[in-house]
Amino acid sequence: MKRYSAFAIAREALRHHSGWERAWASPEPKRKYDVIIVGAGGHGLATAYYLGKNFGITNVAVLEKGWLGGGNTGRNTTIIRSNYLQDASAAIYEKSRSLYEDLSQDLNYNVMFSPRGVMMLAQTHHEVRGYQRTAHANALQGVATEYIGPERVKELCPIICIDGPRYPVLGALWQPRGGTARHDAVAWGYARACSAMGMDIIQKCEVTGVRSEGGKVRGVETSKGPIECDKLGVVVAGHSGVLAEMAGFRLPIESVALQALVSEPIKPCMDVVVMANTVHGYMSQSDKGEMVIGGGADGYNNYTQRGSFHHIEETVRALIETFPMISRLKMLRQWGGIVDMTGDRSPILSKTPLEGCFINCGWGTGGFKAIPGSGWGMAQLMATGASPLTAEFSLDRFKEGRFIDESVAAGVAH
Amino acid sequence: MLILTCPYCGVDADETELTPGGEAHLTRHGPGSSDDDFHDYLFARDNPRGVHFERWRHTYGCGKWFHAARSTDTLEVFGTYPAQTTEPPKDICDKISGERPGWSWRIFG
Ligand SMILES: Cc1cc2nc3c(=O)[nH]c(=O)nc-3n(C[C@H](O)[C@H](O)[C@H](O)COP(=O)(O)OP(=O)(O)OC[C@H]3O[C@@H](n4cnc5c(N)ncnc54)[C@H](O)[C@@H]3O)c2cc1C
Ligand SMILES: [Zn+2]
Repeated sequence: MKRYSAFAIAREALRHHSGWERAWASPEPKRKYDVIIVGAGGHGLATAYYLGKNFGITNVAVLEKGWLGGGNTGRNTTIIRSNYLQDASAAIYEKSRSLYEDLSQDLNYNVMFSPRGVMMLAQTHHEVRGYQRTAHANALQGVATEYIGPERVKELCPIICIDGPRYPVLGALWQPRGGTARHDAVAWGYARACSAMGMDIIQKCEVTGVRSEGGKVRGVETSKGPIECDKLGVVVAGHSGVLAEMAGFRLPIESVALQALVSEPIKPCMDVVVMANTVHGYMSQSDKGEMVIGGGADGYNNYTQRGSFHHIEETVRALIETFPMISRLKMLRQWGGIVDMTGDRSPILSKTPLEGCFINCGWGTGGFKAIPGSGWGMAQLMATGASPLTAEFSLDRFKEGRFIDESVAAGVAH
Repeated sequence: MLILTCPYCGVDADETELTPGGEAHLTRHGPGSSDDDFHDYLFARDNPRGVHFERWRHTYGCGKWFHAARSTDTLEVFGTYPAQTTEPPKDICDKISGERPGWSWRIFG
């Protein structure tokens, strides 16, 4: 694989860009692999990458029923933050955020990580207390956040209306090193790096069954025929319930639609990410100038990647009150993804009842930020059988009552 | 917009009038049951891609809970029925079997 560099751009400019290589190979599946990962979203690809990078396991296939990054990884609003409340969450999300800091260098692929700062508005007294508590928790966890007053909010984001009639801005939880990244680039960068290590990324290859023998996984059935493996990693977000059924167990997960929308591009007017959880809306401005907007998830099970219009309406209504200047903006595109929700709003990274089969799911509305850290922990779990990053996120926490309750920190979709 | 007919008051209610209540026909396990049963009752869900039976409340209408049979991959509604039952009515099951041959469901109880 040829490295990307300033020199490479100059070289290709001189020869009409004829020398760029394909970023990843598209091989046919082999008969058997050491490890098969189902799902070429960010989490699946990152798992494969760190299996190779940290553990030298490269006889790996990543199987994807559509195109890589076509699931939630290519549909999210790219907010990256680690200001969660519980210690287990802070550990994995902060690991992830810190990996994002030099991910572009590590992958030799520009993922456009932009630590522009994430602000979570407090618009009720309950939220003020909640975010002050989170700021204290983050201080103990070593996550750099700060509780700021309304004047500072206005200073950081002048287009906010802080004294709105219904929900005035009372303060905010501010994480200066949170931000955004280019979602497709994260998937493409990991895919290119995996392919360079000799792993097979096989697109348009749907897993239709899981083969097991004596309670141990043997391989998978796919639309390209059966493939054997020693270990299987299921990393399919909204389709986790479907894969779990194939493997013979059930999950504490419901799949629902979550939507986002972008406006026409406008001049730069906002250089931070703002989340308003009480009114269910959040917004940032992309490098192209579009306002990127998201809101709450639907309430009922859905696999169609299409959400309900009234949620869009609610989100936009709320944001217009907080950002009056966007009231005349035209919206360009709107879309949905199927997110995998757990009861405590925390993910599952775990062994499963089927020996050799591991699962990474339940990231719900907020897993883009977690891609590098989740891949790091999942690779360690699959390679060695345990990882300090994933231990608390095991499937049996529900039976044992060890919830990692983030439903407040993750009150809104992001 | 999802529209469900409330089996009590007969109103074709659109989803802003309704509150979703999750999977229907769960067996309620309580104190004294095994940990596994209690866990399954509280947390484990079928979450199928396809036919799904679920609870809904006609919140901004008559206020009553009812059941709906829906498909999560096409959003087709097969029918709605009152909640005083442990399994879907036969006519709805027949309708689903007619449209989706080979469809099967866990044993209700
Ligand atoms: C509208 C929206 C906004 C969001 N905003 C944010 C945000 O701002 N910040 C944030 O941190 N998170 C956000 N999220 C959440 C985030 O997108 C997800 O948590 C994350 O992308 C999940 O990544 P993944 O790799 O687990 O899943 P995915 O990217 O969905 O990948 C799973 C892959 O598995 C494949 N697959 C499924 N079934 C099979 C099968 N049988 N065989 C083979 N392959 C299969 C799918 O095709 C898919 O490509 C948002 C999500 C949505 C929908
Ligand atoms: Zn009614």
